Amino acid sequence: MTSISNVSCFNEARRVAIFGGTHGNEMSGITLVNLWIKNGKEIQRKGVETKPFITNPRAVEKCTRYVDTDLNRAFTTENLSAPSGDDLPYEVKRAQQINEIFGPKGSPDAYDVIFDLHNTTSNMGCTLILESSKDHFNLQMMHYIKKAIAPDSCPVLLTEHPLLKYSTSRSVAKHPIGLEVGPQPQGVLRSNIFESMRVVLKHALDFIELFNEGLEFPPCSVDVFRVWDKMDYPRDTNGNIIAMVHPNLQDCDWEPLNPGDPMFQMFDGTTVRYEGVGTVYPTFINEAAYYEKQQAFVTTRRETLVAGNCFILSLLD
Amino acid sequence: MMDPVSLPPLSRIAICGGTHGNEMSGVHLVRELQRQKMEKVGSAALTTVISNPCAIQVCRRYIDKDLNRCFTDAILSSPVTGDTPYEVRRAQELSALLGPKGSVQAMDLVCDLHNSTSNMGLSLITYFNQDPLILHICRHIQRKVTLAPVRLIQLDTPHSDAYSLDSIGKHSFSIEVGPQPHGVIRADIFNIMKEAVDQTLEWVRCFNSGSAFEGAEVDNVYIFVKSVEYPRDPETNHVTAVIHPQLQDRDFCLLRPGDPMFLTFSGDTVKYEGEEVLHPFFVNEGAYYEKNIAFHLGRRITLTIPSLQMKGH
Repeated sequence: MTSISNVSCFNEARRVAIFGGTHGNEMSGITLVNLWIKNGKEIQRKGVETKPFITNPRAVEKCTRYVDTDLNRAFTTENLSAPSGDDLPYEVKRAQQINEIFGPKGSPDAYDVIFDLHNTTSNMGCTLILESSKDHFNLQMMHYIKKAIAPDSCPVLLTEHPLLKYSTSRSVAKHPIGLEVGPQPQGVLRSNIFESMRVVLKHALDFIELFNEGLEFPPCSVDVFRVWDKMDYPRDTNGNIIAMVHPNLQDCDWEPLNPGDPMFQMFDGTTVRYEGVGTVYPTFINEAAYYEKQQAFVTTRRETLVAGNCFILSLLD
Repeated sequence: MMDPVSLPPLSRIAICGGTHGNEMSGVHLVRELQRQKMEKVGSAALTTVISNPCAIQVCRRYIDKDLNRCFTDAILSSPVTGDTPYEVRRAQELSALLGPKGSVQAMDLVCDLHNSTSNMGLSLITYFNQDPLILHICRHIQRKVTLAPVRLIQLDTPHSDAYSLDSIGKHSFSIEVGPQPHGVIRADIFNIMKEAVDQTLEWVRCFNSGSAFEGAEVDNVYIFVKSVEYPRDPETNHVTAVIHPQLQDRDFCLLRPGDPMFLTFSGDTVKYEGEEVLHPFFVNEGAYYEKNIAFHLGRRITLTIPSLQMKGH
């Protein structure tokens, strides 16, 4: 990528992958990717090689999030460079394989774009996950998607955080995009959730096609929610949870949580209130998979990012 | 007009949670009852049970086999070997603790707590045995619980073929609350289940103190008729459709011939072609995919129950 003041030029986005089944019980992505492996007509775009791929087939077979360890946390430098061997956890071996096919992560040979399809039990709607605030190509794509699906909304979660950022399967690509759609129980396929994910992906691929054809995207601003902190459940000395997300907070992803607002309801009925300093915007509220990660919800703060003029490098010739 | 019924007092009752290890309301409600050291309900002794602790530990429905299908007479009397599934051994332990099933020593009342991913509100599930005591408890819950719609579901299995945990008791029923994802605890769903359990225990206190319960009609009762499977590709056996958006979340609605049931991945609607108008429930229950059940269908009826009072009052 070359940047001249507020102008960003990119090489064409020629190699695109769509990952499903990074978590084996998140059914929308698994179903879509399997459909597209059988018949990829819907995801074909001029000049783009679009590869649908099931990242964690053993977990998908067992309809479980993971077999040994969370694949979507496994793409650390340490794991990817570990000497291969049979005693490595299944997902670490799998991460190394995926890095070989779609990477190497951080190299010029890596795939241009990877969409990673996820579901959540949280009421997050169609959330787009952005890993870097400086990824102008992704910002332009997300701006395009938000406009295309309006008046429906498409919040953008920015996971750039010194401590809380994690090494995702999509991070192998130059431009990683997470698609998190909920609420949907694990192991369940809901028609409305499935269709929402399908529509967002359609617009994303349309953007890539337009970009490759030479369309120039003027500077734009994108409202995002930047990850701030995580909040665990109150627990007893044995580590068991002793409270639930409060009914006033449950399902209120992306809505403001102010100091003094109810946050948890103890099993005996008492209320625990939020005691932070300012207003935050919680998300991933009551995600089933996060009980074991000590996370009742994630707090975010609102920010506006600006993406410069964006067009394909070949236009400069 | 039905003859009035008198029954002995309930002296031993049990509340069970975590029969499926990822149905969280029951797990936490039973733990809370244990934390409060609730051991008596008026004159009755209360036993609280965490049914499947190993499955709870790993937050899964079961380890080897669905515990809530292990309480048939055949499974309970089968010899234990090294290969015996964990849940079969556990079922035999629970039968020894709360039963033996069918014996004089069995618990007078067993209530088993469950959650569903289906939008079933508060559903009370019983076997088709017209037990007036259970029907009066259900009627009491229907009249008192305000947080959710309350329906009764009657299975078409006679009590002699019963397979579920609650059937250990002389009187038994299950409380099913949804929608809640498995592995998640929602406060609103927990509060509904707590209200149902509180009203059950309140009824037991009243019954044991000699209150008379008048005969009545019970509405919103659904008798199981049949299950509907997901459409599958005849060659690959893969599921080819999802519950139709017009049926999703509409448990207990009317399903008329011609109404949509499924939406195929290629966009076609599969319609209900039965002759009778029936009511779907357990629509899109996550745990039933492996049993190949998309939903159950039931027939709505009204039950007449006799007046009931404690014997010896």
